[in-house]
Amino acid sequence: MGGGIFLLSNKRVRALIWQVVLGLVLLAGLGVLVQNLSDNMARRGVEFGFGFLSGPAGFDIAERLIAYDADSTYWRAYVVGVINTLRVALIGIVLATLFGLMIAIGSLSFNPLLQRLCRGYVEVIRNVPLLLQLFFWYLSLAAGLPDNDNPFELGLGIVLSKSGLQIPWFIEGGWDLEFPEAGPFGMVGGAALSPEFMALLAGLSIYTSAFIAEVIRAGILSVPKGQYEAARALGLSAGQQLRFVILPQAMRVAIPPMTNQYLNLTKNSSLAVAIGYPELVSVATTTLNQTGHAVEALAILMLVYLTMSLLTSLLMHRFERATALRER
Amino acid sequence: MNRLKLAGAAIALGLMVSPAMASKTLEAIKKKGEVSCGVNTGLGGFGIADSSGKWTGFDVDFCRAVAAAALGDANKVRYVPLSAAQRFTALQSGEIDLLSRNTTWTMSRDTQLGTTFGVTTFYDGQGFLIPKKLKVKSAKQLKGATVCVQSGTTTEKNLADYFRQQKMQYKPVVYEDLKALIAAYNEGRCAVFTSDASQLAAIRANDMKVPDDHMILPEIISKEPLGPLVRRGDDDWAKLVTWVHFAMITAEELEITSANVDAKRSETIPEIQRLLGQGNNDFGKSIGVDAAWAYRVIKQVGNYGEVFERNVGAKTPLKLSRGQNDLWTKGGLQYAPPIR
Repeated sequence: MGGGIFLLSNKRVRALIWQVVLGLVLLAGLGVLVQNLSDNMARRGVEFGFGFLSGPAGFDIAERLIAYDADSTYWRAYVVGVINTLRVALIGIVLATLFGLMIAIGSLSFNPLLQRLCRGYVEVIRNVPLLLQLFFWYLSLAAGLPDNDNPFELGLGIVLSKSGLQIPWFIEGGWDLEFPEAGPFGMVGGAALSPEFMALLAGLSIYTSAFIAEVIRAGILSVPKGQYEAARALGLSAGQQLRFVILPQAMRVAIPPMTNQYLNLTKNSSLAVAIGYPELVSVATTTLNQTGHAVEALAILMLVYLTMSLLTSLLMHRFERATALRER
Repeated sequence: MNRLKLAGAAIALGLMVSPAMASKTLEAIKKKGEVSCGVNTGLGGFGIADSSGKWTGFDVDFCRAVAAAALGDANKVRYVPLSAAQRFTALQSGEIDLLSRNTTWTMSRDTQLGTTFGVTTFYDGQGFLIPKKLKVKSAKQLKGATVCVQSGTTTEKNLADYFRQQKMQYKPVVYEDLKALIAAYNEGRCAVFTSDASQLAAIRANDMKVPDDHMILPEIISKEPLGPLVRRGDDDWAKLVTWVHFAMITAEELEITSANVDAKRSETIPEIQRLLGQGNNDFGKSIGVDAAWAYRVIKQVGNYGEVFERNVGAKTPLKLSRGQNDLWTKGGLQYAPPIR
């Protein structure tokens, strides 16, 4: 079957031709969009180019883990933004998973009060938009934190005030500790977790923990009842059952939706721009406004988020493969 | 992006556009029947809507003046409230025809965004607002302060420059939304609030619980010439906008107000006749409007002094003095080229 003349009647060749046609159509569509964009920009006299990234930023960023000042390049400002996003995303993911696990186990408990509380928590937190929750946390912290004049001492030199949570930290280039003390405008000295960071972390972790709790609960419910009975027959206590038999099997089911939630948390951190935390989106919109290069600034932003999301997915797939059932 | 292709497309489009007198923007406005004007989301004295949705303010009055000149009716304006981050993109994309939103004239905004300024309607400078109880008398004492500033503004950059020059550390608290920023200042999250001195006066008067508890420090750390912004490539529209402002200055110089402009029409002084389009004078034709363009501006909106006093003057909560915004004959910087 299928000599040279009858190429088209070959199923594989036909499939290949369709794929090539589809690919060309997609490329053409993309080309039209890009051409439209460049034509419009040319017509309006808007320049396109990434050269602005090496210019001096001209603005300061309050929270930064690497050296940065107003003379640094826009490129460095973006890096500071990425680090700030990662900082809140990574800690948020850990906290959300921990809370979510506790809530999931609680919502399956036999104690009716605990069960209702956990279910109620999930229902309320899931159904209020994240932005409102962030505002709630931020305004509570801003109003509730003690004034800079009389801060709250937590011992060990840790101080809580309107400037945030100040902890003693090393002075640069040495091992000497610097203790926070009151300055004319607030606490100075040591390292600080700003109220913006704390509010963002609290809001993101709690919001995502509600979704993660449901995911883990689904995973636990997917484990067949036979496993519980077998574990009890082996003499394991309830806690040991959960730890050694149920949860490992539950996580297999739960991992793909958890990946989703981790990605959501990372992307939701972009709402921080509303409460003043200088993460990536905040830096990008400042850059966009200062330089006018809207398309380039947003393109870099999308690329960074895409990269972070793809890396997270990759890691979770590896984890999934490692814990997958191996059939003999 | 292929630069040759971009250049080629630009040249081709440029050749296709005929060198007509009429402005594309003006034609579109006449067809729409209204001027789309970008304004502030809510800044007392400059651009603010009251509870019934009526817009007032210095920048709003300028939009009305342009509408009076271009369409004959100062009320034919569609106000588009814009944040600091959205304003340039809205103008570049064509969503608005004119940006009248206390925007500072800088070189980069004049050359790199495809937009152009024509005139400064309000000379301002950047200052600091601080609660009196902190007992700070000068900006040079602000070492280590937390400073609230709006993101993406010249304010942010000037702040960084000033503190670097003074070799002082500070901690910026940066928000996109002005209202959230004011709330943070009120809550005590930041010790100092920085913005254009006119904005500070508006905020002190309207948004502080007890205005007298706050003071504006004496140092003005930058030049902030505020003016209307239009797209590049439409010279005639840019000229119209520029000359509306000059007409309002000229009217104040000639002591023509919205109250006496009707009477002034019958004066025989050549300057007045040229401004109001009496006799054979028709300077409106060259900017695409009719001869009575300036008459309508003055009658429906007022001269520069009236607009200033009505929105930000001594009888308003802002209580700004004319200062640099006075006429050049009285020691200020407002100076109009002659209409002739």
